[in-house]
Amino acid sequence: MTSERPTTLLAELTHRCPLHCPYCSNPLDLIRAEKEISTGDWKRVITEARALGVLQLGLSGGEPLVRKDTEELAAHARSLGLYSTLVTSGLGLTRPRAEKFREAGLEHIQISLQDADDDNAERIAGVRSVKQKRAAAALVRELGFAFTVNVVLHKANLDRIQEIIDLAAEMGADRLELANTQYYGWGLVNRDALMPTREQVDRAFEIAERAKQTHRGGMQILFVLPDYYEKYPKACYGGWGKVYLVVAPDGKVLPCHGATNITTIPYPNVREHSMEWIWQESPLFNAFRGDSWMKSPCSTCERKCVDFGGCRCQAFALTGDAAVADPICILSPHHHIIAAALADANATTPFTYRKLASEPQPA
Amino acid sequence: MLTATSIPSLWRLARVEYDDVRKRPVLLYPEGAVLLNDTGAAILKLVDGQRSVGDIARVLSERYNGAGSADPTEILNDVTAYLSTLADRELIRDQ
Repeated sequence: MTSERPTTLLAELTHRCPLHCPYCSNPLDLIRAEKEISTGDWKRVITEARALGVLQLGLSGGEPLVRKDTEELAAHARSLGLYSTLVTSGLGLTRPRAEKFREAGLEHIQISLQDADDDNAERIAGVRSVKQKRAAAALVRELGFAFTVNVVLHKANLDRIQEIIDLAAEMGADRLELANTQYYGWGLVNRDALMPTREQVDRAFEIAERAKQTHRGGMQILFVLPDYYEKYPKACYGGWGKVYLVVAPDGKVLPCHGATNITTIPYPNVREHSMEWIWQESPLFNAFRGDSWMKSPCSTCERKCVDFGGCRCQAFALTGDAAVADPICILSPHHHIIAAALADANATTPFTYRKLASEPQPA
Repeated sequence: MLTATSIPSLWRLARVEYDDVRKRPVLLYPEGAVLLNDTGAAILKLVDGQRSVGDIARVLSERYNGAGSADPTEILNDVTAYLSTLADRELIRDQ
């Protein structure tokens, strides 16, 4: 049981996606269309999430526009007072659909870009996509949506950060999210191919800080540092099961989108339980609340109220134990794993593209 | 930092909503939310891109004067400080 109320629900409506980005935050074992929950299930999930206290909804994926009911879900969310964001690649955002979203009361659209260099952007996405993204961005501006451009940063695009900032400004973005790759799922598989050098990160950070000042009062710029280069881990969503929930395409509910890799605790599912029970009672949501689960060095560390031991999903992915300190932390007995990964940052490794096991790798 | 002559407007991406779960007004914007107290909500209700910070403080002074004690200078300082905090977070824009 907890007295905390969640503020944010990430609805991963589908894992289907026309893009194949090698840093995708979806799990390696992508969920197929036939396992996706229904429109009715999603409406109930959104209604129950609002009753729990959720204020923010991310309509995400995969590519949420692959589903035909996304507008209907946006309208439902707006009728409950939620602030919704469509998190899209831009592919599939046609004028008729964009207009339907407008009528549904959707407020905010986030479009991902892969790079400011067109050829490299399409190499990263594994598919021709630049023209469609530009057209989608123009439509978002024309119809007056709040507009965020999101770019996942890594070795292969970090050196063009200034060009990326200029491109987002030219597109008329209200917000630009520059988020360094997080190494879960596909990102972890591709870590050697994606990991930037310290010099790349430092230079990009300086440019982003300067741009924040230049664009102040106009485009808001957020720069998320790569945690591999930090001394201490991030306080993932303010701590486990405190403010955030993710519902996967098949109805699994997780405290973080990386949590599908934690295989030692059963996942609650909206097909079997209410969102209230899942938030309050489920073993998964209660597993890492408070600090009684902590091991040394976290249990006696004064930072345990600052970062809550870091990311449980990362601890599990890198050590096989979700209750140890996040190896990002310099105090972690597993920190050598991070040091070894950084030592490989200069390696040249090809991408393993995100895809279903039965799909061929994009050329 | 805003001054009495600044003309604040709410970021076009933000809106105030009443949260009937928490029984409080809340300022919503992309991927964020600020829970408001009644004073904060009363200030934001007067932010319309036309009134200056001084105008907003005057409206509130008159309102609270009717109810008893209120020092106009103190109210101006409070309103300026409150809106400046939101301006630091780029939620309030100075026109």
